[in-house]
Amino acid sequence: MDESLNLVLFSGTDDKLQAAAVLAAGAAALGKPVNIFLQYWALDAFRAARIGLDHGLAAEAGPAGRAAVDALAGAGQAPWSATLRMAKELGGVEIQACSLSMDLLKLDAGDLDPLVDGVEGVTAFYLNAGDGQIVFI
Amino acid sequence: MPVIETSQTIDARGLSCPMPIVKTAQAVRTLASGAAVELLATDPGSTKDVAAWCRVTGHELLEQSVEGTVFRFVIRRK
Repeated sequence: MDESLNLVLFSGTDDKLQAAAVLAAGAAALGKPVNIFLQYWALDAFRAARIGLDHGLAAEAGPAGRAAVDALAGAGQAPWSATLRMAKELGGVEIQACSLSMDLLKLDAGDLDPLVDGVEGVTAFYLNAGDGQIVFI
Repeated sequence: MPVIETSQTIDARGLSCPMPIVKTAQAVRTLASGAAVELLATDPGSTKDVAAWCRVTGHELLEQSVEGTVFRFVIRRK
């Protein structure tokens, strides 16, 4: 169980980020190293100024999905950023921004939430992932 | 039935997956080896998750019960 879990986050909607945060926190609780690589719209959601805002839901959610997600949040479900913060407190969770996506979005490291540990390219991500699973969300 | 003394209770009632396990992992880490902790949760996934977490991490699931909608676990640190 000490093989790493490697999440490539592409989508920036709250539902997909929440699902990813749950996977990361569960793996961290089991003691698995977790590497998270932020690309495109997922990276955009990690802007310090916007991380707490409503990032919408995936298109397939529809109005019923919106209501279900709101109900869960109303019942006290932690937002994905809080879930990730707890996962990082458990240790072994590293969050890196994709350097290409930083260029795309015209971001500097200082624009990102402190949850993000740094900026790297895809080769560094693969190197850290080693033989562990890679999941694209 | 022997009474197992627990030094603390993790109240994860009302919290959804994976918070009961995250809070358990945090709490068990602070225990001395052989000490036990009680976990209360309402997440239905916790019945399988707590057992799976104990199996992987090597901590011992001493008790598991359900009362109404609340699942109760006692976990001993390895």
